[in-house]
Amino acid sequence: MVECPVCGGSVKLGKDTVQGELIACAECGTELEVTGVDPFTVAEAPKEEEDWGE
Amino acid sequence: MIRVGFLHSVIRPEEKLLIKEFQARDKVHLEMVDDRKLIYNLGKDKFDYDVVLERCINHSRALHALRLFESAGLKCVNSSQVAAICGDKILTSIHLQERGVPQPEVRIAFTEESTLQAIEEMGYPVVLKPAVGSWGRLLSKVNDRDAAETVLEHKATLGTYHHSIFYLQKYIEKHGRDIRSFVIGDQCIGAIYRTSEHWITNTARGGAAQNCPLTEELKELSVKAARAVGGGVVAIDLFETERGLLVNEVNYTMEFRNSIETTGVNIPRLIVDYVLQAAQGPGHG
Repeated sequence: MVECPVCGGSVKLGKDTVQGELIACAECGTELEVTGVDPFTVAEAPKEEEDWGE
Repeated sequence: MIRVGFLHSVIRPEEKLLIKEFQARDKVHLEMVDDRKLIYNLGKDKFDYDVVLERCINHSRALHALRLFESAGLKCVNSSQVAAICGDKILTSIHLQERGVPQPEVRIAFTEESTLQAIEEMGYPVVLKPAVGSWGRLLSKVNDRDAAETVLEHKATLGTYHHSIFYLQKYIEKHGRDIRSFVIGDQCIGAIYRTSEHWITNTARGGAAQNCPLTEELKELSVKAARAVGGGVVAIDLFETERGLLVNEVNYTMEFRNSIETTGVNIPRLIVDYVLQAAQGPGHG
């Protein structure tokens, strides 16, 4: 469990969470990136850039 | 032991599924390579991977990282050549044209004036696309001359330099859906219909995915399009028209989160199979 950096809500992370994973805060909906797994840390996900895609 | 470099930035559902699939395999060592932390020392790098799987979210990083890894002697899936072609709609159309793959009428021009002339010659509506871009962003369906003049002025004035390279595609009436097929190596493994009330049907823009049965025409054209851009692991976007299927685009870092249950095909498993084969033999990547 970590704190959402945007709304302060609780963000649950599973055992299979990996570094770099994108998750959504269940309380405010902000997209977050898992920046560390030992211990868990999160930050706001990077904003979409012009050359993002597939 | 096969050593796989997994080139990535943020980890989306596709990357997570691929990681799990690699981790389930015996004698595979997976090393995560975050493009945000990479520093290349040109000519001096020695990477301890048998193969690199590219799953970046930025086209520009993917393209150059792949070329740098190849320069260090590594096999990459997909290759930098495939990334260069698929990442640029003009290059994609050239390769499709040169290999006889049917596509909508395409014109390219470099000034507002010549582009307006091209649009008038093609007839309305046309679709104006950035040569580099994805997820249906910044596409303009131009229905008349007023719209054409406005969009061109905005692009030339407000866009960066590559927005002044004008890629025009004849608008295809797709009656609410198009097709996305998946090709791995020489095999078309599945396809979905992408359905939307909007003329842009990308699932990233809310298009819904439904299974699309694989016909001989769809399989054959998908593989032909994949080969035209250099092969590997690619997703083909196609239009259904009265003159048969037309290839719209080819994607080289394909997204498939909505297509596994829809098609019943374990796409990440097949991708991992392909990457591990590429690590062990020539003729892949």
